[in-house]
Amino acid sequence: MKNLLTFLAGLGFGIGLIISGMTNPAKVIGFLDLFGQWDPSLVFVMLGAIFVTFFGFKFIEKRKATFFEEPLHLSGKTHINKDLVVGSILFGAGWAIAGLCPGPALVALGSGNQKAIIFVVAMLAGMYLHDHPYKKAFSEKSV
Amino acid sequence: MIINWQEFTPIASLIGGTILGLGAVLLITFKGRIAGISGIIGALMQFQNTPKDHYLWRILFLFGLIGSYQIYLILFEAPTIEINTSSIELVMAGLLVGFGTRMGSGCTSGHGVCGLGRLSTRSFVATLSFITSGFIVCYLLLHWIN
Repeated sequence: MKNLLTFLAGLGFGIGLIISGMTNPAKVIGFLDLFGQWDPSLVFVMLGAIFVTFFGFKFIEKRKATFFEEPLHLSGKTHINKDLVVGSILFGAGWAIAGLCPGPALVALGSGNQKAIIFVVAMLAGMYLHDHPYKKAFSEKSV
Repeated sequence: MIINWQEFTPIASLIGGTILGLGAVLLITFKGRIAGISGIIGALMQFQNTPKDHYLWRILFLFGLIGSYQIYLILFEAPTIEINTSSIELVMAGLLVGFGTRMGSGCTSGHGVCGLGRLSTRSFVATLSFITSGFIVCYLLLHWIN
């Protein structure tokens, strides 16, 4: 049951992305093109999503456990560091080039779109580069 | 700023956003996990010191996400996926998105949808950073370089 619900959560997330129009990179670039012909649709996606997550998280964080009485894995991090900002700036740059971020990229991958496959492979490589060689070099320096 | 009224889809986007928000709420209420896509994918490449329940839920969630396109097709007509980016640019973009989201501990879903819903200052700073960066790079690419 729990496994099915986890699958459905991913499915719901993907269907929501498709309905919202955000799986179309051309539309996402239409949002990022603030100084051209601007398509504000993404703002409405965020409004709809945050409205739901605001009440959902408020409820479950008050409950302190899942409906299966298991612990919640929430980030307790509050500090704002250089990695958070620099990483997000790099992400934003890539997002603007292709109009794809990780969620919609995976939905597009499911359509078999060849360009989405290229993007996802490069994205996985980028993640690996950060999590393994980069982190290793960085932690060696700081020791 | 000129609004592109032809492309603007407030109702579909609001409905879609609500549904994807429900997906995120489903994951936290039944599995106790944050629907942060970059974090979920990144954790699959951790390889070492993984706890017992490390892979299964992540793979199931991603199956749902990747499979959503085909399941959507059962009920509705194919959505537009228009990628006007050259392969070399896609590789650059993918590398930046992969590296950046891991360095910044999240993407549009983890920081934007879940983090902002939790009123996290950290996620607010991250979201502001990637949206601003996106606006600037998009401006440079569409109106400056060309």
